[in-house]
Amino acid sequence: MGKREEELRGESGREHVIGKSVNRVDAYEKVTGRAKYTDDLCGRSSYVAKVLHSTIAHGYVKSVDTSEAEKIPGVVKIVTCFDVPENYFPTAGHPWSTQEAHQDVADRLLLTRHVRYYGDDVAAVVAEDDVAASRALRALRVEYEELPFVLDVHKAMEDEAPQLHEKYPNNILAHTSIRNGDYENAIKEPGLTKVEGWYQTPTVQHCHIENPVCYAYMEQGRIVVVTSTQLPHICRRVVGQALGIPWGQVRVIKPYIGGGFGNKQDILYEPLCAYLCTQVGGRTVKLDTSREETFVSTRVRHAIHFHIISYVRPDGTYAARKFESWSDQGAYASHGHSIAAKGMGCFPQLYPCSNIEADTYTVFTNKSVSGAMRGYGIPQAMFAVESHTEDVARAMGMDSYEFRMKNVIPKGFRDGFSKNVNYYDSIRECMEKGKREFDYERRRREYAHQTGPIRRGVGMAVFWYNTGVWPISLETSACRMVLNQDGSIQVQVGETEIGQGADTVFAQMAAETLGIPFESVHVVSSQDTDVTPFGTGAYASRQTYMAGFSICQTAELLKEKILETAHDLTGQIKENIDIVNGNIVRITDGNHLMTLGELATEKLYSLTDNGHLTAEKSCQIKTNAYSFGCTFAEVEVDIPGCRVQVTDLLNVHDCGKLINPALARAQVHGGMSMAIGYALSEKLLFDEKTGRPLNDNLLDYKLCTAMDHPDLKTSFIENYEPTSAYGTKALGEPPVCSPAPAIRNAVLQATGTALNEIPMRPHLLFEEFKKAGLI
Amino acid sequence: MTEKRTSENHQYKLVRCRINGAERETMVDVRASLTDMLRNDYSLTSVKKGCEVGECGACNVLIDGECFNSCIYLAVWADGKDILTLEGLMGPDGKLSDIQQAFIDEAAVQCGFCTPGVIMSAVEILENAEKTGREYTRGELRKLLSGHLCRCTGYENILNAVEKTMKKRLAKKAGK
Repeated sequence: MGKREEELRGESGREHVIGKSVNRVDAYEKVTGRAKYTDDLCGRSSYVAKVLHSTIAHGYVKSVDTSEAEKIPGVVKIVTCFDVPENYFPTAGHPWSTQEAHQDVADRLLLTRHVRYYGDDVAAVVAEDDVAASRALRALRVEYEELPFVLDVHKAMEDEAPQLHEKYPNNILAHTSIRNGDYENAIKEPGLTKVEGWYQTPTVQHCHIENPVCYAYMEQGRIVVVTSTQLPHICRRVVGQALGIPWGQVRVIKPYIGGGFGNKQDILYEPLCAYLCTQVGGRTVKLDTSREETFVSTRVRHAIHFHIISYVRPDGTYAARKFESWSDQGAYASHGHSIAAKGMGCFPQLYPCSNIEADTYTVFTNKSVSGAMRGYGIPQAMFAVESHTEDVARAMGMDSYEFRMKNVIPKGFRDGFSKNVNYYDSIRECMEKGKREFDYERRRREYAHQTGPIRRGVGMAVFWYNTGVWPISLETSACRMVLNQDGSIQVQVGETEIGQGADTVFAQMAAETLGIPFESVHVVSSQDTDVTPFGTGAYASRQTYMAGFSICQTAELLKEKILETAHDLTGQIKENIDIVNGNIVRITDGNHLMTLGELATEKLYSLTDNGHLTAEKSCQIKTNAYSFGCTFAEVEVDIPGCRVQVTDLLNVHDCGKLINPALARAQVHGGMSMAIGYALSEKLLFDEKTGRPLNDNLLDYKLCTAMDHPDLKTSFIENYEPTSAYGTKALGEPPVCSPAPAIRNAVLQATGTALNEIPMRPHLLFEEFKKAGLI
Repeated sequence: MTEKRTSENHQYKLVRCRINGAERETMVDVRASLTDMLRNDYSLTSVKKGCEVGECGACNVLIDGECFNSCIYLAVWADGKDILTLEGLMGPDGKLSDIQQAFIDEAAVQCGFCTPGVIMSAVEILENAEKTGREYTRGELRKLLSGHLCRCTGYENILNAVEKTMKKRLAKKAGK
């Protein structure tokens, strides 16, 4: 056991705030309605901007007639795709790379003449109010030259398919491969069983309840953008790139945000809003997106089609495996291939096998743009891989739990690329805990031989995940702490609160390392690129892990300065004093020397040795960490009604030390909820004839309500992560990774029908149950 | 609404109502929703906009004690009504209501965007439970809260907060 781990386990006798379920630092503001979100802060006299979206899936804008729209009272400015600067910019919320080869694809303009999906951005109106802006949009006349469009990834790759982007023949944005061992030779081994499957995951949307919204104004010659973003510093860079202005000319402010889940990890309409602001003399322009626009014209999760072949020895070990996937990118590159690549990357790690052939393609289609969404390719990959694992076990006549136990990533496994190490036998420990708590074996036996229209089943699935983006991209975090006269501090980091509880765990970390009460830490929740230390923001599942380093280092530095001051004021040597619960204490006898407040006040107002005690540290992080776990599901299937109801669901996670167990559980609940929708009901549909999205609203797109869930159960194994500042690792995205295949496998046990597509809507169940002769 | 809109020039109407306990009046555009009026004219920004077509529940407020999605309730209909938003729930001395405190204690808040609407529904549910002495089952609470979409919490801790507060209130009532 390491020193810090010993300390955190409370064995050094100190009182700890890490590991305690303290209440959220922002809860009071949020239950009183005082928390201000972007739209709440925007002055009511601001101009309103609205975007005209294309009503064809593919083609060129020949002209935009603005004459009627300009006559509408209240219209201030109309900008069309013929007016905007030709600065192609990337939108992915990745850290910038100074190496051109590693930069995101720059394929977006503020408005476009070449429209590539139904909902693309053609023109924008700035008006005095909402009504005038809406009327002006309706009065704009667009003439298109229509081109053929393609909605299916496989068709898009054909030679005669419509091409979306010149630089990408056959619409292939990227194709990457893994070749381990010798697949072709390995499959010749006698006695192997071949199991093959095709799996399809849907296009879904993040559905944060606050739609993306921003407003921009000019101040002292610079553009200020206030926006509901997950990553203010990246937003600043992209706005600068899009407008072709120095990045320092842009200031981005991020207030409280109403959820993000990866959609706000792309830069959406901030550049356009900033540009429009410059076109109306720097006056405030607000660009709010409707729910329908959010569905169609922001980002969605990649639908991915998978093909997996496994060759299995009679003893249930893998001899050779093949993996192929085709990821539907939609019309623009956004996060590009990194999502499909991550999904493929886990394949050789989760169930290691000596002979692997894997290929993944990311393909443009004339549909809404796919970007980052909670889980970043892994919920898709886990649905395919863990459905397949179940099918393999069945084909081998083995119990699927035992089959996983036999093959899943072993303790000590080290990934050659990321250098991640599986320091504990995480997945097996999670599986064992889950099996016990879920009473899985008893239920599995009980449901083994059912007949009749209503049947129950249980299933499980495991998942692979990691924490941050190192070594693919930069990992960095910076922190500032400022000591107040009363011994309390302000903490600033670039990592953002988007609902997860980040600010709260940051406060816990700062309090822990500094030795001050939790209540004495004020985390500055809003980021402002003018004053917030550089940080790349909320994505991957990185913030607790990454910010942990800079918070720890900054707190150590501030503590050092405080103890030096304490030495000056008390004469005691530094080695004999410490900060305990906000007091300067001589640790040799526990003697209370002064409060931190007394020290801070004395220092700040001293006529002989004045100083303001502050600390700031920036650190690059060159480690990453696995975060594993599993899901157990029970379902009730109404066969004639073609309905699946999840009757019990348990997620088990090893995300290292829990900084705040209550918030950790809450985080898992949300992921499980999102995954139930993914498994059973959510799918953004596109009209085959026009490419038009059909259910771009919260009525027709079936998000889970409280009625669609059982009570959500969570469980944790707290294996202290040795690379982490506080023993912690990813939990933001992992909860959404394994429920869908667990539910699918439970339906398989209940009905004997292996469904290889989600969502398992009645439409699909009807077809499949009919094929299986169940109805 | 008795006045009829005759032209573009006569599209405003005086709305007098009680908002969070205070008598208020203002001229509103007859096309405005109650959400617009509460947010724009009274800066009651707890009333959130998530869809503006009555699907998500983020704009939910109490009108004469009953829950409504204020985005599909015209501002002019509020004339003569008693409206309660989340801002009006806290006591005059700053004391939180039991359900607000329960949302904090049960970690039922994440991004907080759906929270105001959900809490206002909880207020209605709890008052009905208290009035009738009826203890709703978990399943009934799920149904009663199903007009609210939340993407962060999986509804789990929201249900816990409402259920615990209901039980406390009913126990208190029974004890009296």
